[in-house]
Amino acid sequence: MKVVNKPIRKKDAMALVTGKPVYTDDIAPKDCLVVKLLRSPHAHAWMEDIDVSKAMKVPGIEAVYTYKDVPQKRFTMAGQTYPEPSPYDRLILDQRVRFVGDPVAIIAGKDEKSVDRAMKLIKVQYQVLEPILDFHQAKDSHILIHPEENWEAKCPVGADNQRNLAASERSTYGEYDKVMDECDIVVEGTYHTKANNQTPMETFRTYTYMDTYGRLNVVSSTQIVFHIRRILGHALDIPKSKIRVIKPRIGGGFGSKQTAVAEVYPAFVTWKTGKPAKLIYTREESQIQASPRHEMEVSCKIGATKDGHIRAIGVYTLSNTGAFGEHGPTTVGLSGHKSISLYGDLEAYRFDYDVVYTNVQAAGAYRGYGATQGIFAVESTVNKLAAELNIDPVKIREMNMVKEGEKMPSYYGETAESCALDRCLARAKEMIKWDEKFPCKDMGNGKVRSVGVSLAMQGSAISGCDVGGATIKLNDDGFYVLTLGAADMGTGCDTILAQMAAEELECDVDRVISYSADTDISPYDSGSYASSTTYVTGLATMQAANQLKEAIIKTGADMLDVEDPDLLEFDGDYVRNLEDGRKVSLIDIATKSMVNNNQVFQFTANCSSPVSPPPYMVGMAEIEVDKETGHVELIDYAAVVDCGTVVNPNLARVQAEGGIVQGIGMVLSENISYTKKGKLRENSFMQYKIPTRLDMGRLRVEFESSYEPTGPYGAKSIGEVVINTPLAALTHAIYNATGLRFYELPITPEQIAMGILEHEN
Amino acid sequence: MQISMILNGKKITAETEPDMMLLEFVRSQGCYSVKRGCETANCGLCTVFLDEKPVLSCSTLAVRADGRKVTTLEGLQEEAEEFGAFIADQGAEQCGFCNPGFMMNAIALFRENPYPSEAEIKEYLAGNLCRCSGYEGQLRGILAFLEYKKEKEQKGE
Repeated sequence: MKVVNKPIRKKDAMALVTGKPVYTDDIAPKDCLVVKLLRSPHAHAWMEDIDVSKAMKVPGIEAVYTYKDVPQKRFTMAGQTYPEPSPYDRLILDQRVRFVGDPVAIIAGKDEKSVDRAMKLIKVQYQVLEPILDFHQAKDSHILIHPEENWEAKCPVGADNQRNLAASERSTYGEYDKVMDECDIVVEGTYHTKANNQTPMETFRTYTYMDTYGRLNVVSSTQIVFHIRRILGHALDIPKSKIRVIKPRIGGGFGSKQTAVAEVYPAFVTWKTGKPAKLIYTREESQIQASPRHEMEVSCKIGATKDGHIRAIGVYTLSNTGAFGEHGPTTVGLSGHKSISLYGDLEAYRFDYDVVYTNVQAAGAYRGYGATQGIFAVESTVNKLAAELNIDPVKIREMNMVKEGEKMPSYYGETAESCALDRCLARAKEMIKWDEKFPCKDMGNGKVRSVGVSLAMQGSAISGCDVGGATIKLNDDGFYVLTLGAADMGTGCDTILAQMAAEELECDVDRVISYSADTDISPYDSGSYASSTTYVTGLATMQAANQLKEAIIKTGADMLDVEDPDLLEFDGDYVRNLEDGRKVSLIDIATKSMVNNNQVFQFTANCSSPVSPPPYMVGMAEIEVDKETGHVELIDYAAVVDCGTVVNPNLARVQAEGGIVQGIGMVLSENISYTKKGKLRENSFMQYKIPTRLDMGRLRVEFESSYEPTGPYGAKSIGEVVINTPLAALTHAIYNATGLRFYELPITPEQIAMGILEHEN
Repeated sequence: MQISMILNGKKITAETEPDMMLLEFVRSQGCYSVKRGCETANCGLCTVFLDEKPVLSCSTLAVRADGRKVTTLEGLQEEAEEFGAFIADQGAEQCGFCNPGFMMNAIALFRENPYPSEAEIKEYLAGNLCRCSGYEGQLRGILAFLEYKKEKEQKGE
């Protein structure tokens, strides 16, 4: 391969490092109405009345909207393919408020000061209701979060608003109870992870305006332009033909922008007033009314023989979707399907779950999407099993983990057609020097060094669902424009997809211009999420480029008077007759395409896949624990990834490093806690501590590539799998250093120091 | 009220409010590289130079810059391109939103300490958060840039 598998610079790199104005708020019209939201101070309340008359009198105020003004059809803000598995449980503004921070009123004015002043003058009469703040108490509670009659679950996901359930399912494979009973040893554990925020550096933001044709134009920092169009159509109760959604550069997503967090509010203002409007979330708003990871409690049970052969795995997940059900019914599935499947062809498994409504902010999609939480539980339980059997935790994985060609009953019955997990494990073990370092070494100065391990997997797109789309056209001088509906959110997909097109068209990547995304212009693509872009949009790009290549050769054949195109070769610059060496240049073909031409030189391809090939990964951490203070110092993190063919080694490496550090944050510092009244304490970077460059030690990432037969050039996904190993690997290393097993994240120095004290007494 | 300053080498005079922060002020003057990532002086995205010193423009009043020299990345394009190319060669710019603040502080570091050690680099830039890159690629980029700079100096360029 000439272009694929090369560490090519991102197409937007120089614009970004030199600080060019390319993001939503940089390009918003200067005369936009400033939009802000008044938010509920109560976790659960019914608004008996709301009076905006004084607010409306503030000079500069254009409009104030409340629950009395908005359409009454419920919708979901989840960016998913229609019909969304997420329940239709939202209104733009509702008379019932369901968490501290739930929007109560939309205020639009000429500047921030007038809007702030007006916000203070809105009078709300609340009837405060008892909230559900503990997600263990939610199912079948006497308190109902969504008692409303027009609540609707469009898909059969086991949702029931009369029981506070957003989803529920029971599934068993094989003779689970019998196999578990027969096992020599059964190990269990319940693992709790919090509603962590993605915290992309650019907060949620959108601006909106009406165009020449009376259509609502929405420019937003989003991963899902086409879903946003549909969601806005539902929310505003207007035809989708009236809406156009455009995505400029995005300052990070990580799944947070797979939910329409901010779009509906300025869109409603512009639709009502006809005036441009913009809403820029503060960091605090992005912490309290966003789309964080689903808090989950995952109970895992593993049955094995005494020599360490795993026979059955059981997982029960209780997931907290918060006040609304976005991504609730789908994230939970991954907590079992993408954790149990690491152990391939088991005799039996059980996977049950409940997803409950509570009175905290709604959860959403965060990189890993439930797999992160499930893998933490399953991998920690495997580590516990290894300890109880006194078998090396690497060895127990070598014995049991999924291997290439093996069937994965818990992974929708798919077969692991490409899997280098064995090579990943062997290489990671070598990199970290596992055999020398496991389990720990007392450094003699009050500090202990130790190692820990975790496997991980994810998927590549949602099988039989996600659609990738690419359009490519030939232009004068022989350059190409590749138009996409996927969203490059810093991940580099505009570049790696251009690499694939360039590979197909035998040219340099600079000859392919990438453009994304605009619902009026881009080919349909379900969007950048579910680790789908490299895989399904990559396949679409390859196919579209291939069709264009055939058209170029066919025109070359006509121009050279050759009847059989098989006699011709296209080398990127010339179509050449292999028999006599006569040739015609791409530039001449491009020129020909623009005069007296009946041949199509623009091709669109769309692709879905019946399978979702998992990328795999092994993470091994080396840490040093200060027994006196409980401080955990990261010494080394060896990670080996199998994402199939690595399309761009630089970008894949940085994806892996970024994902690992987000995982480290989940384990060591990113806490989520609420006051008794349900207010989030960690509502700024002062309290919500994401890792700095002093907190991540040293990362070493390598690739052990399998070749995925269904993927573009053998590629699978990379974006999500990379966040999944630090949780169990670091928790394991902490156990190996201290003998303390932690079941909840984050693990703070206080907990470790106190645990050591208790352990010693 | 009116304030004057040298913004990126050009003398400007403009109206401002007493409570306006330097961040909003420079953006209102077209310096869009300056970004806000938080409201609590934790992220480093809004870093600009006040005279020659890096400051957080989110927590510096615009009036404080009255009569002084303010530099944003718009005024350091050559340096940004030269050093930025090394970040780009690692793919470590990622979403790019934290890049301007990071570039500003890195340039300040190189001016203060032309050949910093790894520990000094991490320490100096600890206040520049990045959620995409995991920092390792930024470090590789900085080390590669320092290597290039050293070679360039040795050749006497």
